[in-house]
Amino acid sequence: MGNIRVVHYLNQFFAGIGGEEKADHRPEVREAVVGPGMAIKAGFKGQADIVATVICGDSYFGENTEEAKAEILELIKKYEPDLFIAGPAFNAGRYGFACGEVADMVQKELNIPAITGMYIENPGAEMFKKSVYIISTKNSAAGMRDAVGKMVPLALKLINGEEIGSPEKEGYIERGLRKNYFADKRGSERAVDMIIKKLKGEEYKTEYPMPAFDRVPPNPAIKNMSEATIALVTSGGIVPKGNPDHIESSSASKYGKYDISEFDNLTDITHETAHGGYDPVYANLDPDRVLPVDVLRDLEKEGKIGKLHRYFYTTVGNGTAVASAKAFAEEFGKELKADGVDAVILTST
Amino acid sequence: MHLELGHILINDVQFGQQTAIENGVLYVNKEELINLIKEDEHISKVDVEIAKPGESIRITPVKDVIEPRVKVEGPGGIFPGTLSKVETVGSGKTNVLKGCAVVTTGKIVGFQEGIVDMTGPGAEYTPFSKLNNIVLICEPREDLKQHDHEKAVRFAGLKAASYLGKVAKELTPDKVETYETLPLLESIEKYKDLPKVAYVQMLQSQGLLHDTYVYGVDAKQIIPTILYPTEIMDGAIISGNCVSACDKNTTYHHQNNPVVEDLYAQHGKEVNFLGEKITNENVNLADKERSSDWTAKLVEFLGLDGVVISQEGFGNPDTDLIMNCKKIEEKGIKTVIITDEYAGRDGASQSLADAHLSADAVVTGGNANEVIVLPKMDKVIGTLDYTDIIAGGFDGSLSPDGTITVEIQAITGATNELGFNKMSTKML
Repeated sequence: MGNIRVVHYLNQFFAGIGGEEKADHRPEVREAVVGPGMAIKAGFKGQADIVATVICGDSYFGENTEEAKAEILELIKKYEPDLFIAGPAFNAGRYGFACGEVADMVQKELNIPAITGMYIENPGAEMFKKSVYIISTKNSAAGMRDAVGKMVPLALKLINGEEIGSPEKEGYIERGLRKNYFADKRGSERAVDMIIKKLKGEEYKTEYPMPAFDRVPPNPAIKNMSEATIALVTSGGIVPKGNPDHIESSSASKYGKYDISEFDNLTDITHETAHGGYDPVYANLDPDRVLPVDVLRDLEKEGKIGKLHRYFYTTVGNGTAVASAKAFAEEFGKELKADGVDAVILTST
Repeated sequence: MHLELGHILINDVQFGQQTAIENGVLYVNKEELINLIKEDEHISKVDVEIAKPGESIRITPVKDVIEPRVKVEGPGGIFPGTLSKVETVGSGKTNVLKGCAVVTTGKIVGFQEGIVDMTGPGAEYTPFSKLNNIVLICEPREDLKQHDHEKAVRFAGLKAASYLGKVAKELTPDKVETYETLPLLESIEKYKDLPKVAYVQMLQSQGLLHDTYVYGVDAKQIIPTILYPTEIMDGAIISGNCVSACDKNTTYHHQNNPVVEDLYAQHGKEVNFLGEKITNENVNLADKERSSDWTAKLVEFLGLDGVVISQEGFGNPDTDLIMNCKKIEEKGIKTVIITDEYAGRDGASQSLADAHLSADAVVTGGNANEVIVLPKMDKVIGTLDYTDIIAGGFDGSLSPDGTITVEIQAITGATNELGFNKMSTKML
C-alpha cells in the first residue's frame, strides 16, 4: 500500500493569509503542506502525505455555511483522500464550528475517517463530539505538538479499522456514547465496593454520571377551547388491529399516523396496543383507555372542543431512545402545526 | 437467623428411569415430570428437553429460570406461600442443586420473554448458558386468558424445581455455605464499629408479566418491609414477571441474589450487614410516593449509614429508583444504586427516564439497546415465532437463515440490575 493520502483543512489565519480582516476568504485549495500541516506531516513519519490543503475564511464559512460546505466538498473530493484532518482549532470558536462541520460532512459524504482537534471549551466540541473524533487540545496553538502527538495515532487506528480505546487513552474529547464492556467484577461486588468507599469518604467513580435533563416549558393555555382543533398523540402504543406498520414492542424505531375520522369509539375489534412495557389486557379490551377517542367525540358533540383532529400519532415509549422520540416529534410536530392543530393531548400508558 | 446452604454439584443432566442424583449427574424421569405438570388443567401440552452448556441450542421465549432446592432442616418449605405453606423460611439447612436449572418456555404470554443461547456470542450475555437446563415447554389450553396463562406456567416451573430439588433431601452436600443475620440490636452490638448497611431490593410490580410474589403475596399489594436475607434463599421471593428479558429478575436470581452474597462477604469486615428491605415498583403515583416514603422511613428508623438499592426493569421504575435514592440521601444516609441503561442503539441518548444529583454512585448492568447478531443454532427449544415482536426485537430481527439481530434487551438476564453479571457501560 502506498502512503496515506491526507487532505488538511485550515482557516485563513492558520494558512497565513490574515486575521479577522481576511475572515471572508473564500474556499481555495493548495497542493501543498501549509502551516500546521508541517507538524502533522512530520508526525506521520513518512506514512502519510498531505496531498492538498483546503483553506476557508471563518466568517465566510459561518455566514454561508451550506454554500461553503458544498464548495469545500468539491475541492476535497478530487484528491481522493484516505483521511481528512481539520485544524486543530484550539479555542477558536468559529474555526471549531467549521472544522466540526467539514469533518462531519467528509465522513458522511466521502465515507473516510475524519478527525479534528479542539480545546474542550470550544463550542464546536460540544456540537460535534458525538459525530466526529475531536482530539482534546490546549487552548492555544502552543499546544500544536501535543495535539499532533495524539491526532496521528488515532488517525492511523481509524484508517486501519482498529478498535478505538477510551477517551483518556486516545486523547479525544468524550463523545457521550455509552458502550458496553465486561468489567473484572460482577455488578453487585462493584456496588458493595462503592458503598464501602462512599461510607469511608474515599474517592469512587460512578459508572453513570447523572445527565442534565431537558425540561420543556408548557405553551400558554388555549383561550377558546370550543374552537380549538385537538389532536391525540400517544406513546402507549395504540395501533389499528394487527399493527400494520410493525411498530416495535420496545425501543421503537418508528411512529404511526392513523386516520380516526370514521371512529367514535375504539374497540378490541378495531385497535390494540403494540406496547411491551405494561399489562396490555385492559388497553386491548378498550383502547380508548389509552387513546381516549370516545371522550373526545363526546366533547366534540357537546361543543366543548372545536374538533378532534383527523389523525392520531402513536409510538411505543417502552425502552425507546430519547433521541428517537425527539426525532419523531420534530417530524410530526411540523405536520400537526401545518394541519392547523391548536393543541395535543399526549397520553402515555 | 442462620442458614446452611448445602451445594450438591450437578455436572450433567440426563433422562433416566428414575429421578435421582448419582455422581453429580441428575437423572430425570421425563414422564413423571410431564405428568406432574399436566395435573394443571390450564396446561394442554407439556414437553421436557435438556440443554447443556456449549450445545448449539436456542431456548425462546424464556419466561422464568428456577434453581431446584429442598428444605432439609428447619421450618417451612421451598417457595413458601406459593408451593409450600406460608411458614417463615430462611433458617436450618437447605440443599441446592448447583449447576442446573428449570427453564420455562412455550407460547408467548406478553412481549417480554427472552432468549437463552447455550453457545455463541449470545451465551456470553446470559448466566443461564452456563447451566444444565431442564426446559419445560408448556402450551396453555386454547381459551386461556393471559393472566391465567402466566400463572399456570409460573407454577409449572416452581413445581418442576421443587420436584427435582426433593431428590437432594437426603444427600450429603459437596460444599456448605453458612449465612447468618442476627436480630437487629444484637448485630449492631456485635460489630458496633462497622458502618450499618442494608440492602433495598425493588421488586417489579407493574402488572401482567411484571409481578413478583413475596410469600405468595403479589408485591403490588405490599408496603415496604424487612426480611432476613436468608429467607430469599429458600424462595420467599419468586418471579412472575418478565420486564424486558434482560433486566427481569428470574426466580433463580432471587434465590441467588448477588447483592446479598456480596454484602454477606463483607459482613463483619468492612460493613455490618443488617438485612434486606423490599419495596415495589407500582405504576400509580400515590403508590410510588407511599413506597419510597416508607422505604426511606424504614431505613432511617433502623439507624442505617448506607444502603445498596437494586432496581428491576426500566423506564417507569426509573422514577421509583430515583425517588428511593433521593429520599434516603435526604435523610443523610448514603446510597449506591444498581440499574441498567436504555441509551439507544448508538449509546447517544440519556440512559434513564429520571435523574437526580443525589444519585452520585451508580452501578450499571449495561446498555440494553446495544444490538447483537445471534447466529443460527442447530436446535430451537420453544419457538422462533415471536422473535420480531419480543421486547428488543424488530421487524426483520429473524433472518430467513435463522440468524437473529436483536437488542441485548431480548437476552434473558443480560443487563441484570442485581449486579449478577460483569457487564457494565463506559462513556466513549
